[in-house]
Amino acid sequence: MTAIARPDEGPIGPEVPIWQPTTDLSLRPPLSPRQLAWRRFRRNRLAMTSLIVVVALAVIAILASVIAPYSPTEVDLKAFGKPPSLSHILGSDRSGRDVLSRLMHGARVSLSVGVVAVGIYLAIGITLGSLAGYRRGWTDAIIGRVTDTVMAIPALLIILAVVPLIGRSPLNIMIVIGLLNWPAVTRLVRGEFLSLREREFTLAARGIGARDRRIILRHILPNVTGPLVVLASFGMAEAMIIEAGLSVLGLGIQPPDASWGGDLQAATDVGVLTQKPWLWMAPGAAIAIAVLSINFIGDGLRDALDPRASGVRR
Amino acid sequence: MLRFIARRLLIAVPILLGVTVLTFTFANIAPGDPISALVRPGSDVKPRDIEKLKEALGLNKPLPERYVNWLGQVVQGNLGAELVGGGSIAKALANRVPNTIKLMGTALTISVVLGVLLGILSAFRQHSKLDNAMTVVVISGISLPPYLLAILAIYFLAVVPFQLFGIKLLPAGGQVDPVSTLPPIVDELWHLILPALVLAFAGTATFLRYTRASVLEVMHRDFVTTARSKGLPEQAVRLRHILRNALLPVVTVLGLSMPSLIVGAIFVETLFSWPGIGQYAIESTREHDYAAIMGVGLLTSTAIVVANLVTDVAYAFVDPRIRVR
Repeated sequence: MTAIARPDEGPIGPEVPIWQPTTDLSLRPPLSPRQLAWRRFRRNRLAMTSLIVVVALAVIAILASVIAPYSPTEVDLKAFGKPPSLSHILGSDRSGRDVLSRLMHGARVSLSVGVVAVGIYLAIGITLGSLAGYRRGWTDAIIGRVTDTVMAIPALLIILAVVPLIGRSPLNIMIVIGLLNWPAVTRLVRGEFLSLREREFTLAARGIGARDRRIILRHILPNVTGPLVVLASFGMAEAMIIEAGLSVLGLGIQPPDASWGGDLQAATDVGVLTQKPWLWMAPGAAIAIAVLSINFIGDGLRDALDPRASGVRR
Repeated sequence: MLRFIARRLLIAVPILLGVTVLTFTFANIAPGDPISALVRPGSDVKPRDIEKLKEALGLNKPLPERYVNWLGQVVQGNLGAELVGGGSIAKALANRVPNTIKLMGTALTISVVLGVLLGILSAFRQHSKLDNAMTVVVISGISLPPYLLAILAIYFLAVVPFQLFGIKLLPAGGQVDPVSTLPPIVDELWHLILPALVLAFAGTATFLRYTRASVLEVMHRDFVTTARSKGLPEQAVRLRHILRNALLPVVTVLGLSMPSLIVGAIFVETLFSWPGIGQYAIESTREHDYAAIMGVGLLTSTAIVVANLVTDVAYAFVDPRIRVR
């Protein structure tokens, strides 16, 4: 006697659909976590669109001097503060410079500030965070207090004070932003290290005689990549916001040098704000689009890399 | 509880000391000393006079000694004199702090009320249209910088209504209108609306995000299922079981949102000509007045440390589980 009712034994209650495999069961190597994450990311339409926008911006930034219709500092004597027209698609500023060309060159400043600043603070944050989380004890206590202290001072105030003194070049701005925004990275890396160092694979690595350096770099750090990538993308957007903000306040990169923030500063002039909106709307839109896209990518990455963290548990 | 407060206080003291060291160092080791930065190139100021001025200001002593002297003064509430103008920094700050508190307080109130309410709604209707719309609000809240929002708000809510319809909908900046016929309090409130709304936007997004996440997490806990299965009306489950537990951790966001509130205020005050400490910081920066910037830095950092302390204590007060840790 079998306990399982076979389908050919006649109807038993409501018809039960026969289970059919929904996935291809042919032998294929399983997808790596990275491939799975990329799959999830690809399905996120908003994030994919944003990725295309950011790649396009990067291409524009790299090729700015080739594809821009004018030089960003070239003065057109026939067009002082003219609204958008055929010769100047997005109009020209009060000194007769082409707004579109300036936007294209401004993309260079914004994107490179974002990338370099984040690079600097990732380097600092990862080093301090892994030291604190791996060594614990006194190292952790000291790094922890320094992190708390730097976190307590609004970084913007120090950036504001230091940048005019050391010179307002894009490179200086990147460095200062990078030197002040590492605490969040340190905290994240430290927290992950504290739990990962107790896991079996760390113990196994130590068991076969791996040195600390190898355990940190090869065994623990790769496990932190996911959250770090997410943090880096949000950080990049924030660095771009700070850089443009400095210029808006007249304390960063200033015209004739092209930068989005520097051009947006025009809006602080009542005449421009009220009478020549194309001069500030274009750089304002550029900042908004770039930052929104990068944050949507960060959001998509978070969902793709750690499906458990978003939405409902289970 | 007392022991918990004492421990938190002990942690705050070294952080505050560290803040003074950092502000002092940043203001003093930056290349190009403050006096030389004040001297206009080409003016006939003699190097000897510069040295005299440095000596008068105590700038030629070794850094550690200057730090101790400065700290001694700071503890007594003396933040020194402005390098430009020569007025008392403490007095200038005291005049401006009430304005900043009015602005930040209004903005924070708006953010908490709006953010928490929308966050609850969003979580209870997860995956609804409202929830999706809120996701966009959250991302724009953390993406759109306060200066861009300020410019957009001034243009679309103050300039455009006047240009197109001749209506003075909202003022574009300032704290009071000297020729206004309105009573002073009403006039000031009128001027407060736009900057406070702009400043509140980012905070609203932050509170919304945390509230939503927190409610979603609690919603699926076992005790909620138990409450439902024993037949409690849905409203009671939501209010007494879910919200009561979900809203506690949101208290911590109050302290966390302090730094971004201050940074936002720096931009908003400057663009709306609101005479607070943010505007003061920018004015001082433009004049290379490092002493004044240091004062603002110290004040705001202290505010952040105290806000975090108060938040921690408040959280421990409402949630006894925290005290044990």
